[in-house]
Amino acid sequence: MDAAPLPGFLPHALLLSLLLFVIGALGVFLRRNVITIFMCVELMLNAVNLAFVAFSRAHGNLDGQVLVFFVMVVAAAEAAVGLAIVIALQRHKDTLDVDSFSLMKW
Amino acid sequence: MDAILFYVFAALALAGALLVIGQRNPIYSAFSLIVVFCSLSGIYGLLGSPFIATLQIVVYAGAIMVLFLFVLMLLNVKKEEPHQVTSPWLKASALVLCLLLVFQAGTVLLRAPTWPASVPFDASTRSMAHQLFSPHFLYAFEATSVLILGALVGAVALAKKEL
Repeated sequence: MDAAPLPGFLPHALLLSLLLFVIGALGVFLRRNVITIFMCVELMLNAVNLAFVAFSRAHGNLDGQVLVFFVMVVAAAEAAVGLAIVIALQRHKDTLDVDSFSLMKW
Repeated sequence: MDAILFYVFAALALAGALLVIGQRNPIYSAFSLIVVFCSLSGIYGLLGSPFIATLQIVVYAGAIMVLFLFVLMLLNVKKEEPHQVTSPWLKASALVLCLLLVFQAGTVLLRAPTWPASVPFDASTRSMAHQLFSPHFLYAFEATSVLILGALVGAVALAKKEL
Protein backbone atom coordinates (compact mmCIF):
# COMPACT_ATOMS: atom_id res chain seq x y z
CA MET A 1 0.00 0.00 0.00
CA ASP A 2 1.88 3.06 -1.22
CA ALA A 3 1.05 6.61 -0.23
CA ALA A 4 -1.11 8.26 -2.88
CA PRO A 5 -1.15 12.06 -3.01
CA LEU A 6 -4.39 13.66 -1.87
CA PRO A 7 -6.42 15.14 -4.73
CA GLY A 8 -6.40 18.93 -4.68
CA PHE A 9 -10.19 19.19 -4.88
CA LEU A 10 -10.73 17.54 -1.49
CA PRO A 11 -11.76 20.75 0.37
CA HIS A 12 -14.14 21.50 -2.48
CA ALA A 13 -15.75 18.09 -2.01
CA LEU A 14 -16.51 19.13 1.58
CA LEU A 15 -17.92 22.42 0.29
CA LEU A 16 -20.10 20.53 -2.20
CA SER A 17 -21.32 18.32 0.63
CA LEU A 18 -22.26 21.41 2.67
CA LEU A 19 -24.14 22.98 -0.25
CA LEU A 20 -26.05 19.77 -1.04
CA PHE A 21 -27.05 19.43 2.61
CA VAL A 22 -28.31 23.02 2.75
CA ILE A 23 -30.26 22.62 -0.50
CA GLY A 24 -31.87 19.50 0.96
CA ALA A 25 -32.76 21.32 4.18
CA LEU A 26 -34.22 24.21 2.19
CA GLY A 27 -36.36 21.73 0.26
CA VAL A 28 -37.65 20.20 3.50
CA PHE A 29 -38.66 23.70 4.65
CA LEU A 30 -40.22 24.93 1.41
CA ARG A 31 -41.81 21.97 -0.37
CA ARG A 32 -45.21 20.69 0.73
CA ASN A 33 -45.50 17.38 -1.11
CA VAL A 34 -44.61 14.54 1.29
CA ILE A 35 -42.71 12.60 -1.37
CA THR A 36 -40.63 15.63 -2.40
CA ILE A 37 -39.76 16.25 1.25
CA PHE A 38 -38.72 12.62 1.46
CA MET A 39 -36.46 13.03 -1.56
CA CYS A 40 -34.87 16.06 0.09
CA VAL A 41 -34.09 13.94 3.16
CA GLU A 42 -32.36 11.43 0.87
CA LEU A 43 -30.39 14.32 -0.63
CA MET A 44 -29.22 15.35 2.85
CA LEU A 45 -28.16 11.77 3.63
CA ASN A 46 -26.13 11.75 0.41
CA ALA A 47 -24.44 15.02 1.32
CA VAL A 48 -23.33 13.48 4.61
CA ASN A 49 -22.09 10.39 2.75
CA LEU A 50 -19.94 12.62 0.55
CA ALA A 51 -18.38 14.23 3.62
CA PHE A 52 -17.68 10.77 5.08
CA VAL A 53 -15.95 9.62 1.90
CA ALA A 54 -13.91 12.83 1.63
CA PHE A 55 -12.71 12.63 5.23
CA SER A 56 -11.99 8.94 4.82
CA ARG A 57 -9.77 9.76 1.84
CA ALA A 58 -8.05 12.56 3.73
CA HIS A 59 -7.17 10.41 6.73
CA GLY A 60 -6.48 7.20 4.82
CA ASN A 61 -8.96 5.39 7.09
CA LEU A 62 -11.69 3.06 5.88
CA ASP A 63 -14.03 3.50 8.86
CA GLY A 64 -15.77 6.39 7.12
CA GLN A 65 -16.57 4.22 4.12
CA VAL A 66 -18.02 1.52 6.32
CA LEU A 67 -20.24 4.18 7.90
CA VAL A 68 -21.39 5.22 4.41
CA PHE A 69 -22.36 1.59 3.88
CA PHE A 70 -24.47 1.63 7.05
CA VAL A 71 -26.06 4.96 6.10
CA MET A 72 -27.11 3.43 2.79
CA VAL A 73 -28.68 0.46 4.58
CA VAL A 74 -30.61 2.75 6.90
CA ALA A 75 -31.69 4.95 3.98
CA ALA A 76 -33.04 1.93 2.11
CA ALA A 77 -35.00 0.75 5.16
CA GLU A 78 -36.25 4.28 5.79
CA ALA A 79 -37.42 4.69 2.18
CA ALA A 80 -39.35 1.41 2.30
CA VAL A 81 -41.15 2.21 5.56
CA GLY A 82 -41.65 5.89 4.71
CA LEU A 83 -43.19 5.21 1.32
CA ALA A 84 -45.52 2.64 2.90
CA ILE A 85 -46.63 5.35 5.34
CA VAL A 86 -47.15 7.73 2.38
CA ILE A 87 -49.40 5.17 0.69
CA ALA A 88 -51.41 4.75 3.90
CA LEU A 89 -51.71 8.55 4.27
CA GLN A 90 -52.90 8.95 0.68
CA ARG A 91 -55.50 6.25 1.28
CA HIS A 92 -56.83 8.00 4.40
CA LYS A 93 -56.82 11.65 3.33
CA ASP A 94 -56.64 11.48 -0.47
CA THR A 95 -53.90 14.12 -0.55
CA LEU A 96 -50.12 14.35 -0.17
CA ASP A 97 -50.04 17.92 1.15
CA VAL A 98 -48.19 18.05 4.48
CA ASP A 99 -50.43 20.86 5.69
CA SER A 100 -53.41 18.49 5.81
CA PHE A 101 -51.68 15.97 8.07
CA SER A 102 -52.14 17.76 11.38
CA LEU A 103 -53.61 15.01 13.55
CA MET A 104 -50.75 15.13 16.07
CA LYS A 105 -50.57 18.92 16.18
CA TRP A 106 -52.12 20.77 19.10
CA MET B 1 -8.03 15.45 -15.61
CA ASP B 2 -9.45 14.27 -12.28
CA ALA B 3 -9.96 17.84 -11.15
CA ILE B 4 -11.87 18.77 -14.33
CA LEU B 5 -14.09 15.70 -13.96
CA PHE B 6 -14.69 16.55 -10.31
CA TYR B 7 -15.88 20.06 -11.12
CA VAL B 8 -18.12 18.77 -13.92
CA PHE B 9 -19.71 16.23 -11.58
CA ALA B 10 -20.01 18.81 -8.80
CA ALA B 11 -21.78 21.27 -11.12
CA LEU B 12 -24.12 18.49 -12.29
CA ALA B 13 -24.89 17.51 -8.70
CA LEU B 14 -25.60 21.10 -7.64
CA ALA B 15 -27.80 21.77 -10.67
CA GLY B 16 -29.70 18.53 -10.08
CA ALA B 17 -30.16 19.33 -6.39
CA LEU B 18 -31.52 22.79 -7.20
CA LEU B 19 -33.90 21.23 -9.72
CA VAL B 20 -35.10 18.75 -7.08
CA ILE B 21 -36.37 21.52 -4.83
CA GLY B 22 -37.10 24.05 -7.58
CA GLN B 23 -40.14 22.55 -9.24
CA ARG B 24 -43.64 21.52 -8.35
CA ASN B 25 -43.91 18.21 -10.17
CA PRO B 26 -42.46 15.40 -7.98
CA ILE B 27 -41.75 13.15 -10.98
CA TYR B 28 -39.27 15.69 -12.37
CA SER B 29 -37.78 16.04 -8.89
CA ALA B 30 -37.21 12.28 -8.80
CA PHE B 31 -35.43 12.33 -12.17
CA SER B 32 -33.19 15.23 -11.08
CA LEU B 33 -32.39 13.31 -7.91
CA ILE B 34 -31.17 10.41 -10.08
CA VAL B 35 -28.79 12.86 -11.81
CA VAL B 36 -27.49 13.94 -8.39
CA PHE B 37 -26.92 10.33 -7.31
CA CYS B 38 -25.08 9.41 -10.50
CA SER B 39 -22.76 12.43 -10.33
CA LEU B 40 -22.07 11.72 -6.65
CA SER B 41 -21.12 8.20 -7.70
CA GLY B 42 -18.61 9.69 -10.14
CA ILE B 43 -17.16 11.83 -7.35
CA TYR B 44 -16.77 8.77 -5.12
CA GLY B 45 -14.88 7.10 -7.93
CA LEU B 46 -12.59 10.12 -8.24
CA LEU B 47 -11.99 9.99 -4.48
CA GLY B 48 -10.67 6.45 -4.92
CA SER B 49 -13.65 4.50 -3.57
CA PRO B 50 -14.92 2.22 -6.35
CA PHE B 51 -16.95 0.05 -3.96
CA ILE B 52 -18.98 2.97 -2.59
CA ALA B 53 -19.39 4.37 -6.13
CA THR B 54 -20.91 1.07 -7.27
CA LEU B 55 -23.14 0.84 -4.22
CA GLN B 56 -24.34 4.39 -4.83
CA ILE B 57 -25.56 3.45 -8.31
CA VAL B 58 -26.99 0.07 -7.33
CA VAL B 59 -28.68 1.03 -4.05
CA TYR B 60 -29.63 4.68 -4.53
CA ALA B 61 -30.14 5.18 -8.26
CA GLY B 62 -31.32 1.60 -8.66
CA ALA B 63 -33.34 0.44 -5.69
CA ILE B 64 -34.41 3.53 -3.78
CA MET B 65 -35.28 5.72 -6.75
CA VAL B 66 -37.23 2.92 -8.44
CA LEU B 67 -39.23 2.64 -5.21
CA PHE B 68 -39.88 6.40 -5.25
CA LEU B 69 -40.92 6.44 -8.91
CA PHE B 70 -43.09 3.37 -8.36
CA VAL B 71 -45.00 5.10 -5.55
CA LEU B 72 -45.25 8.36 -7.53
CA MET B 73 -46.81 6.54 -10.48
CA LEU B 74 -48.98 4.38 -8.21
CA LEU B 75 -50.51 7.39 -6.47
CA ASN B 76 -50.80 9.43 -9.69
CA VAL B 77 -49.30 12.49 -7.98
CA LYS B 78 -50.35 15.82 -9.42
CA LYS B 79 -48.52 19.10 -9.35
CA GLU B 80 -48.20 20.81 -6.01
CA GLU B 81 -50.73 23.64 -5.58
CA PRO B 82 -49.43 27.03 -4.46
CA HIS B 83 -49.81 27.81 -0.78
CA GLN B 84 -53.30 28.67 0.41
CA VAL B 85 -51.90 30.57 3.35
CA THR B 86 -48.92 32.47 1.99
CA SER B 87 -46.87 33.72 4.87
CA PRO B 88 -43.93 35.97 3.96
CA TRP B 89 -42.25 34.72 7.12
CA LEU B 90 -42.10 31.11 5.95
CA LYS B 91 -39.62 31.57 3.10
CA ALA B 92 -37.65 34.22 4.98
CA SER B 93 -37.22 32.07 8.07
CA ALA B 94 -36.24 29.04 5.97
CA LEU B 95 -33.59 31.12 4.19
CA VAL B 96 -32.25 32.53 7.47
CA LEU B 97 -32.04 29.05 9.00
CA CYS B 98 -30.17 27.72 5.97
CA LEU B 99 -27.74 30.65 5.92
CA LEU B 100 -27.09 29.99 9.60
CA LEU B 101 -26.38 26.36 8.73
CA VAL B 102 -23.96 27.40 5.97
CA PHE B 103 -22.17 29.72 8.36
CA GLN B 104 -21.87 27.18 11.19
CA ALA B 105 -20.85 24.20 9.09
CA GLY B 106 -18.61 26.40 6.94
CA THR B 107 -16.63 27.63 9.93
CA VAL B 108 -16.21 24.07 11.17
CA LEU B 109 -15.05 22.84 7.77
CA LEU B 110 -12.68 25.76 7.21
CA ARG B 111 -11.14 25.18 10.60
CA ALA B 112 -10.25 21.60 9.66
CA PRO B 113 -6.58 20.91 10.33
CA THR B 114 -4.20 20.93 7.41
CA TRP B 115 -4.02 17.50 5.89
CA PRO B 116 -0.83 15.69 4.91
CA ALA B 117 0.05 15.87 1.23
CA SER B 118 -0.30 12.11 0.81
CA VAL B 119 -1.61 9.23 2.89
CA PRO B 120 -1.66 5.50 2.20
CA PHE B 121 -5.14 4.65 1.01
CA ASP B 122 -6.64 1.44 -0.33
CA ALA B 123 -10.43 1.31 -0.63
CA SER B 124 -10.64 -1.68 -2.93
CA THR B 125 -13.49 -4.12 -2.41
CA ARG B 126 -11.08 -6.54 -0.78
CA SER B 127 -9.94 -4.15 1.94
CA MET B 128 -13.53 -2.90 2.41
CA ALA B 129 -14.59 -6.50 3.06
CA HIS B 130 -11.74 -6.96 5.56
CA GLN B 131 -12.87 -3.83 7.38
CA LEU B 132 -16.58 -4.72 7.27
CA PHE B 133 -16.07 -8.24 8.62
CA SER B 134 -13.47 -7.29 11.22
CA PRO B 135 -14.63 -7.75 14.85
CA HIS B 136 -15.00 -3.97 14.93
CA PHE B 137 -18.01 -3.83 12.62
CA LEU B 138 -19.16 -7.45 12.35
CA TYR B 139 -21.97 -7.26 14.90
CA ALA B 140 -23.28 -3.97 13.52
CA PHE B 141 -23.18 -5.48 10.04
CA GLU B 142 -25.19 -8.51 11.16
CA ALA B 143 -27.63 -6.24 13.00
CA THR B 144 -28.43 -4.40 9.76
CA SER B 145 -29.96 -7.61 8.40
CA VAL B 146 -32.43 -7.55 11.30
CA LEU B 147 -33.10 -3.87 10.53
CA ILE B 148 -33.85 -4.65 6.89
CA LEU B 149 -36.13 -7.53 7.92
CA GLY B 150 -37.99 -5.22 10.32
CA ALA B 151 -38.38 -2.57 7.62
CA LEU B 152 -39.66 -5.19 5.18
CA VAL B 153 -42.32 -6.49 7.57
CA GLY B 154 -43.22 -2.95 8.64
CA ALA B 155 -43.64 -1.74 5.05
CA VAL B 156 -45.92 -4.66 4.17
CA ALA B 157 -47.98 -4.15 7.34
CA LEU B 158 -48.31 -0.38 6.79
CA ALA B 159 -49.27 -0.59 3.13
CA LYS B 160 -51.95 -3.24 3.69
CA LYS B 161 -55.54 -2.35 2.78
CA GLU B 162 -56.97 -2.26 6.30
CA LEU B 163 -54.61 -0.96 8.95
